[in-house]
Amino acid sequence: MREDRSQKTENLIYFPGCTLKTTAKPLEDSALKVAEALGMEIKEMPQWYCCGTVYSLAQDDLIKQLASIRNLILVQTLGHNEIMTLCSMCYNTLAQSNLLVRKDEKKLEKINQFISEQPDYKREIEVKHFLTLLKKVGTEKIKEVVKNGLSGLRIACYYGCLLLRPKEVGIDNYEQPTILEELMESLGATPVYFPYQTECCGSYHTAIKPEIVARRVYHILENARENRAELVVTSCPLCYFNLKDRQKNIKKIYPDFKKIPVRYFTEIMSQALGV
Amino acid sequence: MRLVLKKNKHILQKIEEISGENVFACYQCGMCTAGCPMVSEMDVLPNQVIRLLQLGAMEEVINTRTVWLCASCYTCGARCPKGVNLSRLMEAIRLMILREQNQDYVKIEKIVKESLPQIALISALRKFTS
Ligand code: SF4
Ligand code: SF4
Repeated sequence: MREDRSQKTENLIYFPGCTLKTTAKPLEDSALKVAEALGMEIKEMPQWYCCGTVYSLAQDDLIKQLASIRNLILVQTLGHNEIMTLCSMCYNTLAQSNLLVRKDEKKLEKINQFISEQPDYKREIEVKHFLTLLKKVGTEKIKEVVKNGLSGLRIACYYGCLLLRPKEVGIDNYEQPTILEELMESLGATPVYFPYQTECCGSYHTAIKPEIVARRVYHILENARENRAELVVTSCPLCYFNLKDRQKNIKKIYPDFKKIPVRYFTEIMSQALGV
Repeated sequence: MRLVLKKNKHILQKIEEISGENVFACYQCGMCTAGCPMVSEMDVLPNQVIRLLQLGAMEEVINTRTVWLCASCYTCGARCPKGVNLSRLMEAIRLMILREQNQDYVKIEKIVKESLPQIALISALRKFTS
């Protein structure tokens, strides 16, 4: 019986989400290469819907939960029991919707009734982020496949909000996470002390008020630099855009600002693994 | 600031209904404000938003920039000693305004003309339009 269970947890399918197929293609490409090098089998869902990108906090409006639940039902129908994401926003939205219907039977019933074209959601799907899977693989195994060690490269690991908060869905400690640091260390890098690692970058305000995001990101990047980071890594395509592309907006507000490179953690991994 | 102290029960009830939060659970310690990343852009501090709700000063609440600047980062809720989920209250106030006024906070033309990640665009539209 036990063996059956552990096999079942391997029964996972990959949900890309919209951004991974477009602006965040480098995240997907590098993550899939890394997974292959580590012997993980990552299958993509043959069909999926946009999750809605931000979890709706309204208790009286279930319409915005439908997209997430529809995806979870698709996974259930395919006979899998874990859905994996690379995007922090997809992760958060799917995980919070899942939590909502797990806690609230009445809401689930309403949603199931509404989604009449699909079978009822049985609440058995687990939402996972790629980082959690890598943690399960373990740093020992990762160390074994490193080809080009990062020889002490000083990295600031930026988490942002949605991998960690709310804490019920967080993949690590929501104030002092270490999952990215441990990973970078296993590649031979030196993670730096970085108190701003969980500070919000301004998120979707980038679409209407880029200068607000530039001011937020300035403080985050300066904090990384003060701690002598040579590079910042992140896992979220929106954080990535804000930390990297908004540096040109920062320059306009703070002319003395010096640019700092930003990469997806998977890009750094694929470089270290030589894939 | 001059406060209009009208106990507007209906609006408060609506906000509590949408958010599922009890505004009177807050004892004004200020922890939410201390950790809020957007606070330097705000006109009313996050803990003051709750205080205004407690006092029934709905006009002030409705007219503040703060609720639109909140980025739903969940820092306040993670740290609140009373377990108040302020992100939900901020969303409830935004939604109440969007629903009542039947007018979006941001018009599509106001979105920056740059190639943005889809998640930026969709989440902004989800938060700022009804
Ligand atoms: S942290 Fe909680 S109790 Fe303290 S002021 Fe904010 S909402 Fe109120
Ligand atoms: S959720 Fe909003 S109010 Fe709370 S800390 Fe974040 S930006 Fe501030």
